Amino acid sequence: MILKEALALIDGALLTAECDLNVELSNVFASDLMSDVLAFIEAGSLLLTGLVNAHVVRTASLADVAAVVFVQGKRPTAEIVTEAQHNNLPLASTALTMFEACQRLAPPFRER
Amino acid sequence: MAKERAFRQAFPVKGGDFSRAGDVSCLIKNLLKEIGVPAPILRRLAIASYEAEMNIIMYAAEGTADLTVTPDEVRLVYSDRGPGIPDITLAMREGYSTATAEMRELGFGAGMGLPNIKKNADTFLLASEPGRGTRLEIAIRLNGRQL
Repeated sequence: MILKEALALIDGALLTAECDLNVELSNVFASDLMSDVLAFIEAGSLLLTGLVNAHVVRTASLADVAAVVFVQGKRPTAEIVTEAQHNNLPLASTALTMFEACQRLAPPFRER
Repeated sequence: MAKERAFRQAFPVKGGDFSRAGDVSCLIKNLLKEIGVPAPILRRLAIASYEAEMNIIMYAAEGTADLTVTPDEVRLVYSDRGPGIPDITLAMREGYSTATAEMRELGFGAGMGLPNIKKNADTFLLASEPGRGTRLEIAIRLNGRQL
């Protein structure tokens, strides 16, 4: 599944401009704990998180995460969005809860 | 391994400065990417480096990241002036953490850092003197790939 399709499934609004929406997602990982992201995420995954700080962008960039979606309608500051853009890391936001977002994304990944 | 072909650079890490946490690891990752380190190895180095950098920022007054690249391997030495680790065996246990509430609010301090560094490194050496500081040395092999 590519990022554009995943964002359509969870009504995700893109926050970063000029990013590649055709990037292939290897998996989805949902966590607010960046320690767990660093320890367990697969490269190329989509990260769903409720944590909104600069460490999310740095963790995602260093761990080769494909894109980050903030759940519950959370949005990072403009400074964080700029940093993500600089790192070529797409950011998006969805009004869904973490559970709802996982529910919508799970079937296509289960069928792989 | 020809010593004259080694590249070395040291990066200071400021303890307690959460706002810039990850900067040194991003610099190291970008530098290694530029010289052609392959993506899977680069990712392991970046993750190990970030965990080590976070440990200095969370616990120490100051520290240094010392990067050495040879045609055979990338070596990173993180040394700090800090409280040290009284029981390394305990600190290496997954889930064991002495993190404060502030660290946890930032998404860290789950007790995965040191085991995760070890998991990503080919060699892992950790030495600490309580009250003085900690020295962590890791290396990741480049499989003889010429850079």
